[in-house]
Amino acid sequence: MTEIGDIAAGRLDTAQLAAHFADAHPPPSPAQAVVEANRCYFCFDAPCVEACPTGIDIPAFIRKIATGNLLGSAQTILTANILGGSCARVCPTEELCERACVHTAQEGKPIQIGALQRHATDWLMDRGIAPFTRAEPTGRRVAVVGAGPAGLACAHGLALHGHDVTIFEAKPKPGGLNEYGIAAYKVADDYAQREIGFILAIGGITIEYGKALGCDITLDALRQDFDAVFLGIGQAGVRALGLENETMAGLRDAIDFIAELRQAPKDRVAVGRRVVVIGGGNTAIDAATQARRLGAEDVTIVYRRGPEQMTATDDEQAWAQTNNVRIRHWAAPVRLISGVAPGTQHATVTSVEFARTTIDAAGRLILTDARFVLAADMVLKAIGQHFRPDPLGAMLALQDGRIAVDDDRRTSLPDVYAGGDCVPGPDLTVVAVQDGKRAAAAIHRQFGG
Amino acid sequence: MADLRTSFAGIAAPNPFWLASAPPTDKAYNVARAFRAGWGGVVWKTLGEDPPIVNVSSRYGGISYNGTRIAGFSNIELITDRPLQVNLDEIKQVKRDWPDRAVLVSLMVPCTEESWQRILAQVEDTGCDGVELNFGCPHGMSERNMGSAVGQVPEYVEMVTRWCKQHTRMPVIVKLTPNVTDILAPAAAAQRGGADGVSLINTVQSITGVDLDLMAPEPVVDGLGTHGGYCGPAVKPIALRMVADIARALPRLPVSGIGGISTWRDAAEFIALGAGSVQVCTAAMHRGFKIVEDMIDGLANWMDGKAYRTIDQVRGRAVRNYVHWNDLNLNYKTIARIDQSLCIKCGLCHIGCEDTSHQAIAALRIDGTRRYEVIEAECVGCNLCYLACPVDGCITMVRQETGDAAMTWEQHPNNPLRKEQAA
Repeated sequence: MTEIGDIAAGRLDTAQLAAHFADAHPPPSPAQAVVEANRCYFCFDAPCVEACPTGIDIPAFIRKIATGNLLGSAQTILTANILGGSCARVCPTEELCERACVHTAQEGKPIQIGALQRHATDWLMDRGIAPFTRAEPTGRRVAVVGAGPAGLACAHGLALHGHDVTIFEAKPKPGGLNEYGIAAYKVADDYAQREIGFILAIGGITIEYGKALGCDITLDALRQDFDAVFLGIGQAGVRALGLENETMAGLRDAIDFIAELRQAPKDRVAVGRRVVVIGGGNTAIDAATQARRLGAEDVTIVYRRGPEQMTATDDEQAWAQTNNVRIRHWAAPVRLISGVAPGTQHATVTSVEFARTTIDAAGRLILTDARFVLAADMVLKAIGQHFRPDPLGAMLALQDGRIAVDDDRRTSLPDVYAGGDCVPGPDLTVVAVQDGKRAAAAIHRQFGG
Repeated sequence: MADLRTSFAGIAAPNPFWLASAPPTDKAYNVARAFRAGWGGVVWKTLGEDPPIVNVSSRYGGISYNGTRIAGFSNIELITDRPLQVNLDEIKQVKRDWPDRAVLVSLMVPCTEESWQRILAQVEDTGCDGVELNFGCPHGMSERNMGSAVGQVPEYVEMVTRWCKQHTRMPVIVKLTPNVTDILAPAAAAQRGGADGVSLINTVQSITGVDLDLMAPEPVVDGLGTHGGYCGPAVKPIALRMVADIARALPRLPVSGIGGISTWRDAAEFIALGAGSVQVCTAAMHRGFKIVEDMIDGLANWMDGKAYRTIDQVRGRAVRNYVHWNDLNLNYKTIARIDQSLCIKCGLCHIGCEDTSHQAIAALRIDGTRRYEVIEAECVGCNLCYLACPVDGCITMVRQETGDAAMTWEQHPNNPLRKEQAA
């Protein structure tokens, strides 16, 4: 097989693609949910609650499932985490609540907290129930920048208290990474948008699309026009490999590939026959697994360190491997090799040369002289994102390259708050929700609430 | 290998496991399946006079507890609804086909001597091993002055038992209702009437639940409900107590134990408290007759482990330790001990004690890690934490050496009625 630049859409028929991108982890049946809920011990000072960044009262919501009080169960979840439905789908529960579950200590089989949370929140959303009522309007106005999980959680918390919220979103759709940055089979059936509809039903929230901070709007102007500002602007910068010819055809940022998979029909998304994904996080897993599911023949993730250092969870790594994705550790790309496909003029990637890596005596990662080459029609770069502070106009103090905030998620400016991936801390949806929730509570207090 | 053969009131069986008089023993078809599965005996579902009674549709109610089905079970079914002669013919054939098994026949007819005399003659003709007088059915038949309507009046129990002993040479077992204040009264009455043994408990009057949409008690019959008879695992403690009371007070009266027996362990407990045979219904209705296989070898294996060779060596062995509260040692003291290496940090020991009991388990954080510790000065040794803890062996109740001699309430200085020690 010497074809060069074999990147094509429609490698599988639409029925196969539909199956490959359907809900990867379908919800439990009502009977399964009750059986599982009855396993819960209803712990005192439950370790799972402490492990949840949003502090959902997990034993309480599970007991309510067991007793058939699904409305109460969903209310318990959503009171602590308005995005409880998407967190039930995307949270690394095996590292959070389910790792802390006492059943993990007892017999290594935690309560399936994520699945139960989905059961309760789906029950409520499927019935179109609005569990919260907005307080009387206060006349206070808050600008939220970014309609991702942090911004949405903040907006909902503020709207609940009667404040008016305007969300400014750079993209044409709300949801942030829930809409653009997560594998399709994790949030199947347009769940992100359905959940946003549910959140916005509280009232008092308007979203203006195509408004990017630093281009269409400025922090200065927002501070003048609004009583407070919340920034949930994520991380706009994508790290580069630092290799020559990195813009050649066949190379792509994994997050763009993932975003396209969420927005375009699957049979229109092009994928290489042989794909190499570089990186060790969940983005690498999502890109590689979805490449396989689009019909790529051969997909390899290459990570410069070992499995323990991968930020992708053990479950995510196993999921990729179940999908026949190969994961190679301890190798870093050193050279992109190109060729010219017959009948074309431009160079396209044909393979990547890697250097085997190791740790030196000082604990630093070093390249060795050992090399190997992986053939690739497509190279997906998933080595991380970073915060780009320039849209802020140098007005806010930073910490570790992101916006510095206190416990209330207040920045160095008294009327400006921030949360989600643009502030220091784990880059998790559930953490972003907690940021937005904490900021909303603090802003409400600042307004005298 | 332990010998499980039993002779109960003169009735021999290869093992102590009988099926109780109930739906599983209503027909030859079912009984033959039971015997093939290994059951030692049956008590045929209660026969009455023709014309047969009529049963309703919707007959059972069940309690599901935390996902466990039929933790409790109730029925509003009456006695057999088949013609008397059909049952008699089948009984005769079954006994002929299975001569080594115990075949008893449950009976319930109106409270006249002629009625009992007549049916006893017909039943004796089947060649069965004995009869069981149904003085226990707490629903339906009791409204017709039969079943528990008889069992709740000791004088009637004695009278009918005496009639039966006069009119048959078969062993007569009297089945007792638990729906009485003092089980010893009908048991003693049966003994006075000449009963060869008693069996208990029959079912407990109950409403298993309420259909909150129909606003009707369950099981619901066309929008209405009536009280039923409760049985299954939930009633076992009630049955054990009644069996033990009789075994203690009337030691020469054979007792066939009934009530929530589902496993060999349940059976061993009934036998230890005095039962010479055990009768099973709900567990078989829930899971089929095959459960007897484990009952048989489970009991035999346990007996082998304890070096008991016969059922008689086990029977009643715990009765001597079943005493009145006033005979308990007030100087016995235990304290909970938590094996920290087994603790999974569920906190159930703490919260039960803290909210509802003696504040004797502290919830600590040591460097952020949960730790639950017994406060020995506060622990009264109640067992609550030990019972609530989901990890076997994590909490144990440890005897404390107080140095004080055993003392009962009869001897205790706080007892105003204590018997003065002889000077």
